[in-house]
Amino acid sequence: MTTLNVPINEGNGNHLDYLHSPKKYKGILNWILSTDHKKIGILYLISMLTFFSVGVFFGFLMRLELISPGKTIMEPQTYNQIFTLHGVIMIFLFIIPGLPAVFGNFFLPIMIGAKDVAFPRLNLFSWWLFITGGLVALISLFLPGGPADTGWTFYIPYSVRTSTNVIPALIGAFILGFSSILTGLNFITTIHRLRAPGMSWFKMPLFVWSLYATGWVQILATPIVGITLLLVAIERWFGVGIFDPSLGGDPILYQHLFWIYSHPAVYIMILPAMGVISEIIPVYARRTIFGYKFIAFSSLAIALFGSLVWAHHMFTVGMSDTAMWIFSLLTFLVAIPSAIKVFNWVSTLYKGSILLEPAMLFALSFIFNFTIGGFTGLMQGALALNIHIHDTSFIVAHFHYVMFGGTGFGIFAALHHWFPKMFGKMYNKKVAKLSWLFLFIGFQLLYFPLFIAGYLGMPRRYYDYLPEFHIWHFISTIGSWILITGLIIMFTNLIIALRKGAKAPANPWGGVTLEWSIQSPPTHENFEVIPVIENEPYDYSHFEEKEEIKN
Amino acid sequence: MEHKNNHIVGYGTYIFVWLTLVTLTALTVTVASFDLGGFSIVVALIIASVKALLVMLIFMHLKFDDKIFRIFVAVAFLTLMIFIVLTFSDYSFIR
Amino acid sequence: MNQIAETLASEHIHRDEVGAKIGMWLFLFTELILFGGMFLAYAVYRFSYRDYFALASKELDVFIGLINTLILLTSSLTMAMSITALRRGNKKLSLIFLSSTIIFALLFLVNKYFEWSAKFNHGLFPGSNDLLSLPRGEIIYFGLYYVMTGLHAVHVIIGMIILLFMLFYIKSNKVNQDYYIMLENSGLYWHLVDIIWIFLFPLFYLIH
Repeated sequence: MTTLNVPINEGNGNHLDYLHSPKKYKGILNWILSTDHKKIGILYLISMLTFFSVGVFFGFLMRLELISPGKTIMEPQTYNQIFTLHGVIMIFLFIIPGLPAVFGNFFLPIMIGAKDVAFPRLNLFSWWLFITGGLVALISLFLPGGPADTGWTFYIPYSVRTSTNVIPALIGAFILGFSSILTGLNFITTIHRLRAPGMSWFKMPLFVWSLYATGWVQILATPIVGITLLLVAIERWFGVGIFDPSLGGDPILYQHLFWIYSHPAVYIMILPAMGVISEIIPVYARRTIFGYKFIAFSSLAIALFGSLVWAHHMFTVGMSDTAMWIFSLLTFLVAIPSAIKVFNWVSTLYKGSILLEPAMLFALSFIFNFTIGGFTGLMQGALALNIHIHDTSFIVAHFHYVMFGGTGFGIFAALHHWFPKMFGKMYNKKVAKLSWLFLFIGFQLLYFPLFIAGYLGMPRRYYDYLPEFHIWHFISTIGSWILITGLIIMFTNLIIALRKGAKAPANPWGGVTLEWSIQSPPTHENFEVIPVIENEPYDYSHFEEKEEIKN
Repeated sequence: MEHKNNHIVGYGTYIFVWLTLVTLTALTVTVASFDLGGFSIVVALIIASVKALLVMLIFMHLKFDDKIFRIFVAVAFLTLMIFIVLTFSDYSFIR
Repeated sequence: MNQIAETLASEHIHRDEVGAKIGMWLFLFTELILFGGMFLAYAVYRFSYRDYFALASKELDVFIGLINTLILLTSSLTMAMSITALRRGNKKLSLIFLSSTIIFALLFLVNKYFEWSAKFNHGLFPGSNDLLSLPRGEIIYFGLYYVMTGLHAVHVIIGMIILLFMLFYIKSNKVNQDYYIMLENSGLYWHLVDIIWIFLFPLFYLIH
């Protein structure tokens, strides 16, 4: 019998961890042909961070170009292609797979007491799709004509007219979509079928709940964008009339179909991050999560409402007034489940015994950034204000606050929280905190000025600007340097830890979910004995008792 | 959810369903030859939905499988319906 | 004792038939929504170009469409009966039913080929001058027609390949009376292809 507070599964050094378990293949084949969910998680981590570095590099170049008005380092056409690549890479290759495919793969089976996901081979296949899609999307860099210059949204009619290589990006995104769908499919089946005995739905960790909600969005929304992008590719290839207005098509219909997926995609990105925060806050506050069921159900509610608000990206295209107010209303409704989560996290902190470990710092900055990003999102849901700030850098600032300040920091939080478990090594906590400081300050400097510039009228995606916006762009570019310094410190610290870090104990942070009850790094089978779950997922009563004894 | 589905549908049931499907196909072709104005598409879609429902319930075993499958299918179709209805909140009211 | 049973159960993850079926249904939903996106596009365009759609659909041969509908419905029947036959232990009958399903699929494609090539001979193919000289509503109708029936045909081909694999698996007893979930899942896929056609037929052939 395993109770969560007495980890009997903990390795005593006799069990080989998954990194050293007997191998079928040698060298790199041992990795890229492995169906072990943990190895696939690591594969995703490495490939995702590689793509992330490329995306950051493009972002850095864009910011450098914008440091002063006029041409600084590149031609306008190059700038258009770079912001398209930055968007495509960051959205499809970094943020969407970031949490589910990396940490979901690694920890979902462990957290529900399973030995692997439901379809391990499919899991490996979806990583291969991910790599294929990524390479197809990036191949246009080396083709004559260069990468697409349409922006990541591929709006019609420009995407069927431009002479750049749009088709590779479209096909790449299509393949990546299927990789994401298969991951979601795998997770939902795993959660339904492979929970350990006693792991009822309301004993599942909240990260698992968020992955469940995400999985449904992945399955039910992604195919729409898949077919839409495929149709654009077919239209370019064969000249079939679908969206092109000169052939009778309707560009607004394209935008509807595109956003039917791409808005829920925002929730594919943010929901797992919210799950991570719900995991981290109780561990470092040493308190049971406040409002477990509310957080669990708000994940489902966000997935539901988030699928109904897509046309708020289209308030200026001339939709019917009826559609405008319906979508505006629905947009405001999404705020409710999101706010429920924030209130519950903050309530969990109340009277907690807070440890400011690196993961906690990232998690707290998530709440801070997400609140700003969320509120500015609500501002855009208001029809009147939306017209004023539509397509300005206000929007850019808003979605970077949610996507990077939210999900990005969520990924960093997860990385610092679970790194010892994944690799069995401890990193230098002081350096990690320093990198957090750089990232946090750099992030605010980089994006907050864009709110102001956007509100004053700075359009997004512009290569050049009026001198009155100079100061905001200047501050923003300085911020990007600080941010990148933070990234370099963080990754260097983690890479050094991989090679020279001290051996991590099984439970360095005092967590009570199942992954902390097994050795670090886990064995190939995760559990020597399948655990039987009796306790609530975040039972910190033993900590509270200890506190009382001290007093 | 553990109990295995041991229900084997007989050939007779399948043939009966197939006959119904063929009849419905004949019906939809016949109805299409009359001019019902705006209703012809409604009738065609209703008949098609009944046919699809029959295929799913009997041929795809939804009627005999665990309840969870029926819930899943309902969720998927509901999602698609919502996508269509909300898109038409734009197109139906545009001037 | 209980724990041993649990461990044994989890070691047979790959034999979890309900799990396999859940996975298959979830996959079918993505196919459903994939076509759903195109049906949505169809709905919007038919709403805008109602008269042109009615006019253009006269170019299609209802008879060929009807024959193909009957072929697919019958193939669904033989597919379902093939599973029943296998579960009742009649391997030979199951193989006969499955082979006829594949033959029906082939017939469907042959029919489709003649239908498409007739259109091509009339100059009605994507990007052709004849097609582009039509009113815009009709261009869109044929755009949707080619894309939707084309993608459906791709699914028929994929389905055929899957069923061919099943044929060999049953022959080699890899799929058998006790372990038939693969055949059942292939059947689910095949029925979905049928369902898509059930909607495509009236929407393209019967709207005049």
